[in-house]
Amino acid sequence: MQGERKIRVLIAKPGLDSHDRGAKVVARALRDAGMEVIYTGLRQTPEQIVETALQEDVDVIGLSILSGAHMALFPRIMELLKEKGLTDVMVFAGGIIPEEDVPELKRIGIKEVFGPGTPTENIIKYVLENAPKRS
Amino acid sequence: MFDRQKIEEIAKEKKRWEQTTLTNWVKQCPERRKEFRNHSGITIKGLYTPEDIKNLDYMRDLGFPGEYPFTRGLHATMYRGRLWTMRMFAGFGTAEDTNKRFKYLLSEGETGLSTAFDYPTIMGYDSDHPMAKGEVGVCGVAISSLQDMEILFDGIPLDKVTTSMTINGPASILLAMYVAVGDKQGVPREKLGGTTQNDNLKEFFAQKLCIFPPKPSLKLSTDVIEYCARHLPKWNPISISGYHIREAGATALQELAFTLYDGIAYVEETLKRGLKVDEFAPRLSFFFASHNDFFEEIAKFRAARRLWARIMKERFHAKNPRSMWMRMHVQTSGCTLTAQQPLNNIVRTTIQALAAVLGGTQSLHTNSFDEALCLPTEESVRVALRTQQIIAYESGAANTVDPLAGAYYIEDLTNKMEEKAMEYIQKIDDMGGAIAAIEKGFFQKEIADSAYRYQREIEAKDRIIVGVNDYTIEDEECPVKLLRVDPNVEKKQVERLQKLKRERDSRKVKEVLEKLHYAAEKDENLMPTIIEAVKAYVTLGEITEVLRKVYGEYKELIII
Ligand code: B12
Repeated sequence: MQGERKIRVLIAKPGLDSHDRGAKVVARALRDAGMEVIYTGLRQTPEQIVETALQEDVDVIGLSILSGAHMALFPRIMELLKEKGLTDVMVFAGGIIPEEDVPELKRIGIKEVFGPGTPTENIIKYVLENAPKRS
Repeated sequence: MFDRQKIEEIAKEKKRWEQTTLTNWVKQCPERRKEFRNHSGITIKGLYTPEDIKNLDYMRDLGFPGEYPFTRGLHATMYRGRLWTMRMFAGFGTAEDTNKRFKYLLSEGETGLSTAFDYPTIMGYDSDHPMAKGEVGVCGVAISSLQDMEILFDGIPLDKVTTSMTINGPASILLAMYVAVGDKQGVPREKLGGTTQNDNLKEFFAQKLCIFPPKPSLKLSTDVIEYCARHLPKWNPISISGYHIREAGATALQELAFTLYDGIAYVEETLKRGLKVDEFAPRLSFFFASHNDFFEEIAKFRAARRLWARIMKERFHAKNPRSMWMRMHVQTSGCTLTAQQPLNNIVRTTIQALAAVLGGTQSLHTNSFDEALCLPTEESVRVALRTQQIIAYESGAANTVDPLAGAYYIEDLTNKMEEKAMEYIQKIDDMGGAIAAIEKGFFQKEIADSAYRYQREIEAKDRIIVGVNDYTIEDEECPVKLLRVDPNVEKKQVERLQKLKRERDSRKVKEVLEKLHYAAEKDENLMPTIIEAVKAYVTLGEITEVLRKVYGEYKELIII
C-alpha cells in the first residue's frame, strides 16, 4: 500500500440545495477511511463543480442532492466532464433521488445512487472497489 | 417540595432496595445495556425518586400555568380552552397549486397556514434567474412578485386565518407582499396575524440558506422586528428556530441552548433600535423539533419555557409577563423518518407529536409518512393532520394542563436541560456572542460533530432504527405513490413573470429601486420602502439584487 496515491474524492453540492448534513457525514466518513476528501461547499453550478474536479485532480466525484433538481443538473455536469476530458473520473450520487429516476441517471454515466439510510460503510466499500486505479 | 426527613428516609430505603431487590433481580435478568443515555448525552437512571428532585421548589420552579416561570404552560387552561394550532407546512409548484393545497388543508380541518417557498424564492432569485433553472416550484411555491402572492392567498381571508412563512433572507419582502395582499383585501393592518421565520442567525449554522453576511442579515431580521413592533401588532416578526439546528444534527440540548442564545442576540439587537423590551418581546416566537426520545423532548419544551422566562426577567428586566412567554411552534422531526417501510413513520410522528402536546406547544406541524421520499401527497398530509386530530380529540392528552409535572424523571430532566443549556449560554457569552460564535465556526463544529456521532451510533447498531438497521425487509419495494411537481411549472411561472415585467410601470420600478438602494446605504429600516416596492410590482429578485450590491454576499465558512 505504501507510496500509493490516496483516492481523491470531491463531494459536491449542485444547485441551490443547501441540505449539507448528509454530504458532510459522507465526506467525513470517506476521510476517516483514509481518502483525500475535498468538499465544495454549498450551491455550486455544474461549471464550478467540474472546474474544481479538474483543479483538484480527483478520481471520484460524489454528488449530494436532496432538492429534486437532479434531473436538471446532473446531465449538465456529465456533459461538462466529457467536454473537459474527465471521462475516467467515477461519478456517483446520493440524497433524495426517486427510484424511477435512477435508470436515466445511470444511462448518462452516474455509476451508482445511494439513498437515505445507507451506511457510510457501504459507500466507502463502493469507492474502494470502483474508483479508477491510478498511481 | 418534600420534607427533609422524608427524603432521607426514601434515600435510605432506596439504598436498601438497591442492595436487595434490585441486585437480586439484575442477577437473573441483567439490563439490556451497560448505560442508558438520551440524545443529549445525559445518563438515564433506572429509577427516579423524590430524592432526585429534592431541591425543586414548586412555586419557584413550576408555579401555575399562565404564571411565571411558565414551566407548566403559557395559559391557565391550556388545551382545555383552545387546542394548539394545527399548521401544516405546505408549498409546491405555482401559486395556484399551493393555493389549492391550502384550501384542501383548511377544508380537512387545519387551523393555520404555513408556507414553504421554493429555492429560488428562499435565495432571493426570481423564477427567471439562471440559478433558478430546474428549481422553480420543486421544493416549495414559487413567489417572485406580489402578483404570485395575490394568487397564493386568493379566496383566503387574511383576517380569519393566520399564516406562517418559512422565509429568512428575504423575509421583509415576503412580509411586505403579505401586507400588500391584506391591504387589497381591506384587512386592517392591526388584524394581520401570522409569522415570518426571519431568523437569519441560524441560517449560518443550521439551514445554510444565507444570502448576505452575518451583520447585514441580523440587521434585516431586526428591521422586521422593529417594524412589526410599531405597525403590525399581531404579527410575529420572528420565529427563533431550533428546528433547523436540530435537523442539521444537533442534540436536544444544543438545540435548546443555541436557539435561546439566538433569542438573546435578537433582543439585544432590537434594544439598540431604541425600543423598550416590553414593546417587542411579547411578539417573539420560537420553533422547535420534536425528536424520538419522548421524555427528553417533553423536558426540553418545559425547560425552554422556564429558561426563556428567567432570561427575559433577569437578563433583560422585562416587566410584562407576555415578554416572558415563550410561544412555540413544534414540528415533528423529519430526520427521524425513513425511506424504508415509510408507513412506520406514522407511528414515529404520533409519538413525537404527543411529546409536543405534553410539552405544551402552541402550534404543531406533523410530518407525512413520505417525508424521506418527496413532498407530501394529499393522502400523506391528510394522515399527518389526522394524527394531530386523534391526539386532540381521542387520546385525552389535551384534557388537563401539563399532566407530566411532578414526575421525578421529567422534573429532574427538565432541571438538567436548563442547567446544561445555561452552561452553553455562558460559554457563548464568553466567546463574545452569537455572531462571534458563528464567525469562529463554534455552532457549525458542534453540530457537525453531533451529526457524525449520530450516524456512527446507527452504523454501530448502538441506536436501532426500525426498518433501517434492524427489522429490515429484503428487496423492499416502495409501497407509496410519490408526488411529482408538474414539469411545466417553471415555464408557466417564467411566462407570467416576464409578462408582468413588460406591463408594470417601469419608471416607478426604477424610482423605488433607487430609493431602496439609498435607504440601504443609509442603514434605515427598509420595511416601508420594501412595501412601496412590492406594491409597484418590483420583484423579489430585483429587491434582493439591490441589497446584494449594498451588503455583499455571504461566503460560506466550510466546516466538515
Ligand atoms: C434535515 C432536513 C432538513 C434540514 C437541513 C439541515 C442541513 N443543514 O442539512 C432543514 C430543517 C434545515 C431542512 C430545510 C429544508 N428542507 Co429539508 N429535509 C431534511 C430531512 C428531514 C433529512 C435530511 C438529512 O439530513 N438526513 C440525514 C442525512 C445523514 O441523510 P442524507 O442526507 O439522506 O444522506 C444519506 C444518503 O442520502 C446518502 N448521501 C447523501 N449525499 C450523498 C452523496 C454521495 C456522494 C453519496 C454516495 C451518498 C450520499 O448517504 C447519507 C448517509 O446515509 C429530509 C427528509 C428525509 N428524512 O430525508 C428533508 C427534505 C430533504 N427537505 C426538503 C425540503 C423541501 C426542505 C426545504 C426546501 C423546505 C422549504 N421549502 O423551506 C428546506 C431547504 C433547506 C436547505 N438547507 O436546503 C424535502 C425535499 C423534497 C424533494 N426533494 O422533493 C425533504 C425530502 C422533506 C420532504 N419530504 O418534504 N431540511
